[in-house]
Amino acid sequence: MDNAICFLLNNRSVTLQADPLRSLLDTLREDFGLTGAKKGCGEGECGACAVLVDGRLVNSCITPVIAVEGKTVFTIEGLRETPRFQELSRCFAQAGAVQCGFCTPGMVMAAEALLMRNSFPTEQDIRTALSGNLCRCTGYSAIVAAIMTAAKEGEGLWPASFDPGI
Amino acid sequence: MARVFRPGNLKEALHFLDAERAAVLAGGTDFMLKAGRYPGAEFAVLSIGHLHELKRIAIDAANVLSLGAVCTLSEILESPLVPLFLKLPIAEIGSPAIRNAATAGGNVCNASPAGDVLPMLYALDATLVLKSHGDQHEMQIRDFIQGPGLIRIAAGQMLTEIRIPLRQTWRCTWRKVGGRRANSVSKTSFYALIDRTSRGLGDVRIALGAIAPTVVRSREAERIILDAYRGKPSQRCTEIIALYDALISPIDDSRSCRDYRRTVSLGLLENFLTEVMRI
Ligand SMILES: Cc1cc2nc3c(=O)[nH]c(=O)nc-3n(C[C@H](O)[C@H](O)[C@H](O)COP(=O)(O)OP(=O)(O)OC[C@H]3O[C@@H](n4cnc5c(N)ncnc54)[C@H](O)[C@@H]3O)c2cc1C
Ligand code: FES
Ligand code: FES
Repeated sequence: MDNAICFLLNNRSVTLQADPLRSLLDTLREDFGLTGAKKGCGEGECGACAVLVDGRLVNSCITPVIAVEGKTVFTIEGLRETPRFQELSRCFAQAGAVQCGFCTPGMVMAAEALLMRNSFPTEQDIRTALSGNLCRCTGYSAIVAAIMTAAKEGEGLWPASFDPGI
Repeated sequence: MARVFRPGNLKEALHFLDAERAAVLAGGTDFMLKAGRYPGAEFAVLSIGHLHELKRIAIDAANVLSLGAVCTLSEILESPLVPLFLKLPIAEIGSPAIRNAATAGGNVCNASPAGDVLPMLYALDATLVLKSHGDQHEMQIRDFIQGPGLIRIAAGQMLTEIRIPLRQTWRCTWRKVGGRRANSVSKTSFYALIDRTSRGLGDVRIALGAIAPTVVRSREAERIILDAYRGKPSQRCTEIIALYDALISPIDDSRSCRDYRRTVSLGLLENFLTEVMRI
């Protein structure tokens, strides 16, 4: 069995020889030096390691790297190059939504995943979208407010869409 | 290091399983935690999460919904073919990131007493399609799940499809009791369906989760509930609750305790009987 795994990482094609069950998080942090995603729990519970795989939010700590073969992986480092990040970053700063910052990359990725599908979220939509992300500094209200503001003031940055959920 | 095979299609996957005893990897949300407990272990793994043939969602002429084994919970929630009485429990599983990875087949094969996909499958008499190289079987969910983490699957077999007979008139009640809104394993859960039309109550189904080694469902009790509703030899609520009390065997664990589980589970049942069924 050939262990070469290929995927698109932040718009760059990469190939790696690795244990196929190695977590995507360890791969990102240790093999690619992308330390934005954090290991909070390592068990899928906290969202600090969240990244986008084919545009969907996943917890990279419990994603085996074989699962991203042929897919696109987008991390906070990739998002940083976009105007949407500038808007989220500005709103997080303005709302005081960052305390120690450990949860922030995951929170921002969860916000991006939400706004890509639903650019007019209600407060409840935001709380649901962040429900898998824990903030040990417990600054939830400021984070929700920051995303509300980003959606309003950043209108046009995300595709106009409305996801009614179920 | 585990040897992982990533087949190009279902045929290759079944061929591999035929030749080699391998653990199946779907979304990995249970698998990765289990595998992490055996670092350095040598075993063969068959990765199937990417197989399009196992992602089909369709309804056939007999109104049976089929869900491909590796449909993620998010894909099921997004499908216009899936009715609300299946979506409600799924929407409360894990978190968005978990639902994007976790598959329906993984929840079934993990066979956790607290698996939240299971109660509705029991209530709806779902069947499972098990395929192996050159063979195919269909089995009732209650025959497939034998106990916590125990499933009746032969060497070389894989779950490929979940088949659920639908009825447009079903209305469901779903209650999951957990430690927090997201990412919590059920302490206990309650799923019920009623089929009430202008002609009266046609059917009722009740499934209790996380309260015994496997989901608890009793056709006999359901018949008695129907009779009670139709005003036949008046069975009272307390007698029906006692029937279920005899069927459950809750345990103490890190998430909850026996007494709490029993009290809450039977309380949810009572609430359903009195408030929804109005017995
Ligand atoms: C943070 C977190 C929160 C969670 N919350 C919930 C919750 O609220 N409710 C809940 O019910 N569960 C929950 N889970 C458990 C888990 O996400 C679900 O059970 C999920 O549906 C498993 O699917 P998977 O595709 O990830 O399975 P995997 O981890 O890939 O596989 C699970 C098991 O099934 C076997 N398997 C998988 N597919 C097949 C197949 N097609 N044929 C044969 N065997 C197969 C595997 O070998 C393995 O033993 C949670 C997990 C985490 C990490
Ligand atoms: S580190 Fe991945 S969810 Fe906590
Ligand atoms: S800001 Fe510290 S964990 Fe969220």
